[in-house]
Order: sequence, then structure tokens, then C-alpha cells
Amino acid sequence: MAKIIVDGVEVDVPPEYTLLQAAEAAGAEIPRFCFHERLSIAGNCRMCLVEVKGAPKPVASCAWGVRDCRPGPNGEPPQISTKSPTVKKAREGVMEFLLINHPLDCPICDQGGQCDLQDQAMAYGVDTSRFQENKRAVPDKYLGPLVRTSMNRCIHCTRCVRFTTEVAGVEDLGAIWRGEDMEITSYLEKALGSELQANVADLCPVGALTHKPEAFHYRPWELSKTDSVDVMDAVGSSIRVDSRGREVMRILPRVNEDVNEEWITDKARQIVDGLRLQRLDRPFVRENGRLRPATWQEAFAVIANRLKGTSPDRIGAIAGDLPAVEELYALKLLMQSLGVANIDARQDGTALSPAYGRGSYLFNSTIAGIEDADAILIIGSNPRIEASLVNVRIRKRWRVAPPPIAMIGENADLTYSYDYLGAGPETLADLVAGRHSFLEKLQGAQRPLIIVGQGALTCQDGFALLSLAAQLAQSIGAVKDGWNGFSVLHTAAARVGALDLGLVPGEGGLTAQAMAQGGVDVLFNLGADEIDIAPGPFVIYQGTHGDRGAHRADVILPGATYTEKSGTYVNMEGRVQMANRAAFAPGEAREDWAILRALSDVLGHRLPFDSLNALRQKLYAEHPHFAALDRVSPADAASAVQALAGIGGNPGRDSFASPVKDFYLTNPIARASGVMAECSALARELRLEAAE
Amino acid sequence: MAVRKLAPKEIQPKSFAFTPENEAFADQQIAKYPPGREASAIIAVLGKAQDQAGGWLPRKAIETVAAKLNMAPIRVMEVATFYTMFNLEPVGKYFIQFCGTTPCMLRGAGDIKKVLESRFGEQNHVSADGLFSWLEVECLGACCNAPMVQINDDYYEDLTTENFEKLLDDLAADRPVKPGPQSGRRSSEPFEAVSTLQDPSLFDGSMIGAWRKRFEEQAKPAETGEVAAEMASIPKEVKASKPTAGRAIESDAADTPAKRAKEGETPINPVDRKEASDPSTATKIEPRQEATDKPAPQSSKSYVATPSKPGEGKPVPTSPTTPEAGTPPAQAETRRDGSESKPDVVIDKDNTPS
Repeated sequence: MAKIIVDGVEVDVPPEYTLLQAAEAAGAEIPRFCFHERLSIAGNCRMCLVEVKGAPKPVASCAWGVRDCRPGPNGEPPQISTKSPTVKKAREGVMEFLLINHPLDCPICDQGGQCDLQDQAMAYGVDTSRFQENKRAVPDKYLGPLVRTSMNRCIHCTRCVRFTTEVAGVEDLGAIWRGEDMEITSYLEKALGSELQANVADLCPVGALTHKPEAFHYRPWELSKTDSVDVMDAVGSSIRVDSRGREVMRILPRVNEDVNEEWITDKARQIVDGLRLQRLDRPFVRENGRLRPATWQEAFAVIANRLKGTSPDRIGAIAGDLPAVEELYALKLLMQSLGVANIDARQDGTALSPAYGRGSYLFNSTIAGIEDADAILIIGSNPRIEASLVNVRIRKRWRVAPPPIAMIGENADLTYSYDYLGAGPETLADLVAGRHSFLEKLQGAQRPLIIVGQGALTCQDGFALLSLAAQLAQSIGAVKDGWNGFSVLHTAAARVGALDLGLVPGEGGLTAQAMAQGGVDVLFNLGADEIDIAPGPFVIYQGTHGDRGAHRADVILPGATYTEKSGTYVNMEGRVQMANRAAFAPGEAREDWAILRALSDVLGHRLPFDSLNALRQKLYAEHPHFAALDRVSPADAASAVQALAGIGGNPGRDSFASPVKDFYLTNPIARASGVMAECSALARELRLEAAE
Repeated sequence: MAVRKLAPKEIQPKSFAFTPENEAFADQQIAKYPPGREASAIIAVLGKAQDQAGGWLPRKAIETVAAKLNMAPIRVMEVATFYTMFNLEPVGKYFIQFCGTTPCMLRGAGDIKKVLESRFGEQNHVSADGLFSWLEVECLGACCNAPMVQINDDYYEDLTTENFEKLLDDLAADRPVKPGPQSGRRSSEPFEAVSTLQDPSLFDGSMIGAWRKRFEEQAKPAETGEVAAEMASIPKEVKASKPTAGRAIESDAADTPAKRAKEGETPINPVDRKEASDPSTATKIEPRQEATDKPAPQSSKSYVATPSKPGEGKPVPTSPTTPEAGTPPAQAETRRDGSESKPDVVIDKDNTPS
């Protein structure tokens, strides 16, 4: 630790701290534009100048280390001043220079009201400019469908360049020309090729990069802000949903060091228009092959009629990827009360089951724990599109000091280099049998991490593969005291919560696939849109969008999306998080637990709760870990891995293929979004180009 | 700085590939750096690509270099656009870089520029016959022969409107021209009669140590103490340290303007002058060659040592650098230059200069 005196306050900070960090530790505020905690230091905006005693000029505090400061003549700690007249004058000077070429178009700028430059000009600037000459003009750039540019406003902090290069791992953005002519652009103005690109607009301290889909739609002070979690993938990124009236206007990331740091994927951010398009806003009933609008009573009556006289073993329920724990629990209770054992939340047929213990299906290492891993094996997953922020963590780990990383599955561009071992189960079997050199690297590692993806688990004999992976984990000591490196990577936000609840076929029950292929006569479909249901069964679809599930439905019960209800989601680590209501569901759509409660009444099996709180009370009593919000309840992974390893079996020969075929169109909300459709088309084009 | 832009799509070539020699050159450059640091060779490789492509960098060349160096195209683009020596639009067969910086400007670069403008129009435009294009650049470091231009790889100096017109005519007519001063003088020797360095004593060795003698004479009053001791250590007889070291300037064999002046001849050797204006003996300018086979200039040193502390030995300012208005410098209260913390600086505020 090093002592330093900031404005007369002596603080003890790690010597590798920069002066800026030290000043913040001492409670002093330092304005900055180019500096960002998660990016490399550029030191080019000069806004963070402070006075170091003994230095002839003010120094950029973001790029000056505490350990680089000389002590005083008698060995006193170095002194810096953040409030002296020199510093004030220096800041005013820098601000005046920055504003020389910055247009005064705040009234028509989308960044107005949330602009670092605006705020800091108010706080640290002067009220006049001495600059009489013409401002420079820069042509706007095309950077794709998500980022709108107004390059006159750019102050060349290069945060966007550093983000795409360092965090997103695609070297798309750069600064061309030089000096006054410097311009930020992509090569030949191609669209950015990252699934995290919209974060650059968040990072932009001025209005040069703004969000294109929501351009000119709102002013930030008009929005009411709701903290929530994202359900587009199983990462469970922390988000803030900003709404105006009934309408969600935008989604922003929230800082959560354990999960998403402060990034979110483009899908999490830009499905906003999908929340209002293609919505089911009233119940529908199929009559003579056509769906017609109906009242709730009619819809419930049709269901009650159809269920009457159907034996419980001809009734089934499938839960999809987006429902919250509350409605899954209500569904489970309802099916129990009807005596139905055919219930499954694994519409993709993944080989995961609570029977082997909670540790058998969680991302046990935790996402933040990836940074501690010293050897990583990815089996049957493309984390970049299945869970982009997990990929960001692996890349972050890789950038610190590349650990051995290997991949069995699709040979995709993950933005970091890895050893490609093979495409399918045979390679995994070779590895387990010790016929592969990568095994030595795994065995040599202190904290090896095995990531098993859905690409492997949805294969023909997923359990045999899971068992192989568990055997491997055991043989390399991936599960031990203080480290649990057996991690399952999920793609569905509702999956872990459903498995925690035990939404898998009971004794003699049918799996989702068997039910969809006609194993039942009446199928209750709770938001499962990624499964094809064969003609035959009477399908009750409860969901939010007129998507695949609704097209096949005989009765449609309109529900609420994750921004329209308070719901619990469990991410792939097993972290229980709460999504909150930012807006109301459209038309007659209702919160999903309430629909199930009302239906149970009509069916004569009234569920034992009348309010969400009562439901949660019962839920927490039965499954106490759901009450521990934002925490990961420890799972006994050692016994789970032991149990999995014991399954055995012969895996098939099919090579692993990621279940996510199109990153932008993985769920009904995303498929309803025009922005996502545009991104998807563009990504397809880029892929074709790359394939050439 | 001139406004630069990328060449329009229509004139971008469809493909670019290094010739085998240039490929070998690129590999040789890359081999200078450790594995994974291929990007360090970018300027050399881009320069070679520019030579091969006819003096400018087409898009495909940038992409080829990017692929060769394992870099993203935008990273190569950043470098190619940063340095003005990389041309992004086609240039003429004779690419004239005209120096317009102060010394050249004072010596008549304006007239040269007028010639260029009248013959070829605006800069950055290739003439209709494809032979010429010109660009105003910053100092090319040949101020002693100002005004000057660089045509492809050679300097043409001591220009006047007449000899520059003639030079351009010769180039246009494919006649041989001679690089270097166009006035007839040799390199940067004195332009007219020699007026300096004429004292013969400068060259006979008698000046060596003269300052010390003068110093001795002035210091005579100080006979005692430290000064006297120091004086005593000074050798009484001053010798040239290496009288036979053979400095060119002392050797009669060298045909210097100074020697010629001493001997009463014209400072510029008439033979040289004649040679410079005789086209039959002149070399022909080499038009830009595609795939030049010149070996790369290699130096064992990659850097030039600079003094580590440029300000060493400078007197420490005794007055603050940012006094408050109206305060005599030494009495200023607010010293913001940081020197107040220097332990060895003592500020005596009463010691106002009278």
C-alpha cells in the first residue's frame, strides 16, 4: 500500500492505483471523458488533470500511477491537489478546447440530458468561448442498424475503439486520418460485427454515437426507471428498463460485477420494439380452424370442456424459455392437482435433470469465477452467441494471460484463440480416455473449467455425453474444495428455475418431445415456441406473442412479458434474480400466475393463493433458495458430478451443433422485433461475406 | 495539411498481390520482430506496397498488407491515413513533392508553386497525360538548397522558374535530367563568392586551443586559490590533439571552395558547373519502377541516441512562472509551477531586482 495526500486527505491505496483512482478513494471527484474503468487507459482527453506537488505541469491523473509519484523532500507522501486554482484553470482550458469543435446542438441531440460533456461543461467549464473561427465538420458514418452517428460531436476519446477491440474482440472501429482531421469509423463504413456493439453508444460520453432504433423517441428525464433482469439468454444480465407511460422506451445495462459487469448484448437492449409488436392482447379460441377473439370466460370454458373427461395421462404441459419461476410453480401445482405427470420445461430436449442434484445443471464455477480458471474446455457450445457475456468473461480471462482454452464442437470465431480439438462425442471420449494431449494441460491446471453447452446436451444421447463430461471433470479434479469447474451453459432464461422447481416428467410421464409428437390429447403450452407440436393434441397456449406456439394453439391465453410483471428468474449460475414491472401488459393480457390461478378456479382445482405474495410465500416455504435474491445458493457439485459420472452410456456420433442458429432471433420477443430482424439479416450477410 | 481522401471506387484496382521479391522483402521485415508482433513491420510493408502499386495505396493493397501482417484492415487503414507519405489516390509517373516551408518560401518557393499550378493545376491531381502530379509538403530538409522539390525518390534543388520549367520539360519529353542542384553548384557548397571561413589560420591548426590562451590572459589577476590551481593544470603548450588526423578541410588535396578561394579561383569548380549543365553527361531520371529491386536500406542501429536530460545544467528560474497580474515576479504569492517544492530552490522574496 502506498500513502498519498489528496487535497490534504491522506489515503492509503495500492501502489498500482492511478492518481484518479486514489483521488476517488479520497472522495475527490475527477472529471473524465476518455478514462473508463473497464477499458485500457488512453489519456487523450486531458480532462482529468490534477496538480502533483513537484511536477512542473498538471498531469493526467488517469495515466499517472501512485507509485510513479516522488515523495516530498523529507520523505513525506506525495501530494496531489484536485481543487487548486491551477487545476480549475487547466480544466477550463481543456473544456474550452473540447468545445471548440463540438457543435452547440444539444437541443436536437439525443444525448441531451445524459451527456457527460454537457454535465462537465456545466460543472467545470466557462460560460463563453473565445473561438471565432469555423468549427470543423465531419461526415457521419454508417456503423450498422444499432448505432447512429453524428461525428461532428465526437471528441475523440476513443472509448468506442477500445471497447470493440478489447471487450467485444472485433477490430472493427478505428481512428483514421490524424490531428484535426481524425475520424472514428469502421473499415469502409461496414456495419459493426459484434453482438455487443450497442454498448459503444452507452460508452460515448457525447452524442456522437447514439442508439439508432430509439433515436429522437424520448428525452431521458421523461422516463421512469425500473431495475430488472434480462431474459434473452440465461446469463440474467442486470438491466434497467426505462418506460414512458405504458410503453417501454429503452433498456440499459446496470452494473453487476458478478454477472454482466456493465455490458449487455444487443439482443437484451434492442428487443424493445418487440415488446409492443405482434402482442397477444386478448384471448383467442379456434373455431372451424380459425382463431377468433374471445373473452377470458369463453376461453376458460373451452378449456374446461376439453379437459373434462380427459384422463390425466393424456394431458401434458410444456414450459418454454421465458416464463418466470412464479408461473412455472403455478403450472406445476395445477398439473399436480390434476394428477398429471406429463410435465416438462425442456422443450429442446436437453439432458439435464434435477434427479442428479442441483450441481448437475448449474454453471457451478459462476460467471465471475471464469476469471480464476487456468484451463478451459468448452464442449458443444458457442458461448459468443449462446451467452455473449460469458464469452466476454472468457475473453477477459484470456486477455490477462492466455490460459489453455480448447473447444469440442463448432469451430467458430469466439474472439480469442483456442485449440480446436474436434467436432463431436468421439473427441470427448478420446479426451476422457487420455488419448488427447490437451488432457495434460487440464490435469496440470489448478482450477480447470469444463463448460458443457446445450449443443452437446441436446444431442441424441445427451446424458451419456453429460456423463462423459462429468467423468472428465472427476479425472482432472475440476471439482474440489474451493473450486468447482463443472459448469453447464444454458441458453434459456427459465431453464434453471424450472429445473429447481422440478418441472420434469414425473413417474411414467412423457418428455416434451413425446408430448409434442402426439403423446397427449390436451397440451398446455406455457410460452414454448421453439418446439414443433404435431397435429392432433388440443393445444392451450399461454404466451405473449403471436409466434409459432400461438399459430399452433387452439386456445390462446395472453400473458405478460418480463417487463410487465414481477417475476423471479434464476440464471445459469443459479443466481436468483427478480425482474420488476416497468409497464403493463397490453389489452386484456394478464400476469401469467394470475391466469393460471383463474384457470384453476374454473377447472375446479383452485390453487392455494390469491396474490403474488401468497404464491411467493408458498414457493419460498417449499423451495427456500428462491428467497435468497441476487445470490447463488451453493450446490453440492461433487456428489452431482459423481452421480452424473455414474450414468455411463454410449454417446452417438453426431457432431455438436449450437442450438442457437440465429443469435438475434432466439425467442418470440426477438422474432417480433424489427430491429432484431434487421440485425439478423445483416449478420447473415456478414457471414456470407466471411465465407467467401 | 492537405485534405486527403480515398480514391474513388472506379479507379481502385480489382486485386493486389505482392510480387515474389516484395513478398520476400515483407517476410524479411516481419522476421525482424518477435512472433505475434508482425504488425511492427507495417510501415515498411506498406511502403513497399505503395512502390509496387505505382506510388499509391489501393484498397486491395491495404487489405493484402492487413492479411500479411495478421491485422484488421482498419488498423492498417489507420496507419496508411495517418502518414501523409502514403498516397491514397493515384499519383503521376513523376510525383512532385513541393516544399513550401519557410526557408523554401523565403527563397522563392512561391514562384515554383506558380509553375506547378500553371502547368498541372491544383495539387493532388494527375495531369491529363498521366505523367505528373504534385503535392505541397512540409520541410524536406534541404533548406540550404532552397527552393526544392522531390520528384519520386530524388531531390531537385536550387530551383528557379526557368530551370524548373526546363526540368519539367525534360521530364515530359523523357530527356535525361540530373538530380540535385539545378543551378550548377555542387551539393550545398557556397552559392556565390566565399565570404566566410577564409582566414588561413583556421586551417593551419593555430586556432586549436586559442580560446584557452585568451582565457589564461584574462584570468591572470587570479593568482591564488582554486583558480590558480586550476590554471596551473592547464598545459602551457597547446598542441593539436591529432595533427595528422587528416581533416578534409585541412588537406590541400581536397577541392574545397575555401581552398579554391584561397588560391584565388572561383569558388565553384568550372568543371562541375559545366558538367551540371551538360545534358550528355547527365544521368537520366529513373521513372518510378514497378517492383523495384533495390535492396532495403538496412542499418544496424534502429535508433539514434538522444541526450537523456535535455534541460540538464539549465539555471533554475528564480521567479515564478505564473505571477499574479501586477505583482513583481519575485513577490508573487501563488507559485503554481511546482518549483516551490523543489528542496534546492530558495526564494528570497525581498531580493527585488533593482
